[in-house]
Amino acid sequence: MAEESISYQGLVCPVPLSHNDRIVLGHGSGGRLSHDLFNKIFLPPFNNPILHAANDAGLIQLSDQEGISFPRLAFSTDAHVVSPLFFPGGDIGKLSVCGTVNDVAMIGATPLFISAGFILEEGLEISVLEKVVQSMQNAAQEAAVLVVAGDTKVVQRGKADGLYITTAGIGIIPPGINIGGEKAQPDDIVILSGTIGDHGIAVLQARDELGFQTDLKSDIAPLNHLIQNILLSSQHIHVLRDPTRGGLATSLNEIAQQSKICIELEESKIPIKPEVSAACEMLGFDPLYVANEGKLIAIVAPEDAEKILDVMHSTRYGEEASIIGKVKAVPQSRVLMRTVIGSTRVVDMLSGELLPRIC
Amino acid sequence: MKYLSEYREASLVQAILGEIQRVVTKPWVIMEICGGQTHAIMRYGLDQLLPPEIELVHGPGCPVCVTSLELIDKAISIASNPGVIFTSYGDMLRVPGTGRDLFSVRASGGDVRVVYSPLDAIKIAQQNPDKEVVFFAIGFETTAPANAMSILQAKDLRVENYSMLVSHVRVPPAMETILSSPENRVQGFLAAGHVCTVMGYWEYLPLAQKYHIPIVVTGFEPLDLVQGILMTIQQLEAHRAEVENAYSRLVSLKGNTEAQMVITELFMDCDRKWRGIGSIPLSGWCLREKYSYYDAEQRFSVKQITSEESPLCIAGQILQGVRKPFECSAYGTICTPEHPLGATMVSSEGACAAYYKYSQV
Repeated sequence: MAEESISYQGLVCPVPLSHNDRIVLGHGSGGRLSHDLFNKIFLPPFNNPILHAANDAGLIQLSDQEGISFPRLAFSTDAHVVSPLFFPGGDIGKLSVCGTVNDVAMIGATPLFISAGFILEEGLEISVLEKVVQSMQNAAQEAAVLVVAGDTKVVQRGKADGLYITTAGIGIIPPGINIGGEKAQPDDIVILSGTIGDHGIAVLQARDELGFQTDLKSDIAPLNHLIQNILLSSQHIHVLRDPTRGGLATSLNEIAQQSKICIELEESKIPIKPEVSAACEMLGFDPLYVANEGKLIAIVAPEDAEKILDVMHSTRYGEEASIIGKVKAVPQSRVLMRTVIGSTRVVDMLSGELLPRIC
Repeated sequence: MKYLSEYREASLVQAILGEIQRVVTKPWVIMEICGGQTHAIMRYGLDQLLPPEIELVHGPGCPVCVTSLELIDKAISIASNPGVIFTSYGDMLRVPGTGRDLFSVRASGGDVRVVYSPLDAIKIAQQNPDKEVVFFAIGFETTAPANAMSILQAKDLRVENYSMLVSHVRVPPAMETILSSPENRVQGFLAAGHVCTVMGYWEYLPLAQKYHIPIVVTGFEPLDLVQGILMTIQQLEAHRAEVENAYSRLVSLKGNTEAQMVITELFMDCDRKWRGIGSIPLSGWCLREKYSYYDAEQRFSVKQITSEESPLCIAGQILQGVRKPFECSAYGTICTPEHPLGATMVSSEGACAAYYKYSQV
């Protein structure tokens, strides 16, 4: 790394500073600091091809034994620490099931079984836990998955923020399906299943941090049925990804890097609810970086794009789907955007935490 | 969105760009004062759409960028105190002091909280009577009224565990410093619309006259910016040097006089160090003696902290429009938003961050 070999101290700006020695909140933002953590801390010791693929779920192919061939499995895990526990449109329980269901589904798998680990803070009201667990079951029922294993730990009061949930999920990838972040090709079409930023802004509102009220709800939803439907309609779906933390911009950058292609967006085509837009204007956020929990990006062959869009429109969570851009060969690993006034700019990954502006 | 999408209308922007093209006959250098304007220019790629004769250089109007190393070190010292809840606008947490930033203080156990308004800090003070709550009052004239109000509110509500680390800066002295520099290249200014919403634009009249330079009060949407640029170019081409208002939907000559009264009640002019630029006489606001009880520098005895920065850092030259971010050898290589070497790369209003985020040239 350049930081280690060249010392610019004194030559340029005064204070080199890096967060190499302690975890800061930005490491959990889903943006570049999270990627740094994955690439520098987690990937080297665990190094294996499944993890290396860096998709939402790991794809496991067991070798055939004694003439029996095993199906390909998708396996994923997701930790949930949202505050507050309940917010418009959902709660930590629904989030914990949908998050893992969606991660498993994003490589084309049918999610089947979920496990859940609970870290509970001493003093948490049992009624709160009951409510969260019921919400998990409702989401599991909708997604047609079973919660089949779990674990509970309790920590002293003050050592956790009420309740954390980690879920893991497993699913089967039907034969003939090959979906991954590295499979986008030039001329492919980029489809987004609906409006962006709803979850992030709904949670901020629930924290009373907006200073005004809207009717906005989080978009949390299990997307596996939508995915099943589009997979039945087309053999040419190359990439699926849910733009959660870090938002649409960060997910598209990940795909552009994995596939070594360029994604060109049309700013005017990206669906955004007026209340999300207003909240972002006031706080100085760019909705491209605000979290979603019930949306997906599909990158598909051009000849099937309209058909897939039509199928999405007919599903509960894809009514507002739209084509937002296309894939080009160059510049590699970049996301560009045609702005509403006709210029082109780079869309970068989220770096660090999303912070409100000053004035 | 009403009153916003209209100002992003491509056909209107194109029409004004066409008019700029028609009017301009020779090269001109225009500075947009405010970092918010710099970001809008880069975000909408306006620089690509302007005729090549027009060069935009980026001004010092990024409050995070110009807050001195010394004040950040004072903030870090106060925030590291176990009895303190240190509150700040979010951006400020990432700016490096000498060796640490406020995020690091938080990661090491300090109670550092992001607030959206100083009035939130007052609430925190009321909820935590056994703690000292300090608000980092940074910013130009725009944030000063709300910051001043928080002290009046603290006084009214008898919130005694509240104080403010004041780092206010003013635009006109910074403009005068740029104009009087022998290296100055700026031939016209887009004045910062939000600052003028509070202060009006009467303060700029003597500057325009003394330095014979056009100053156009300009907003932040694409249409506002091209309109401001057009009016500046029209003046330059006609050898006029006036103060004009292209943001009249919000700005008046006198500005918000009630807000100005609150500012005058709380603050007085004082010398202020600007990061990368140095000390500019009477360029800041400090708390008046009458309100010194709420002065965090006095309450926490950090007045003696002094920090000097490297004279070789080019952030100061960038903030004065003398050089561009990509002329720095560290830009985009070892200096990135995740690992900023200077404040102009840190702040969401900083010029280097704007270049990095939207163009990565």
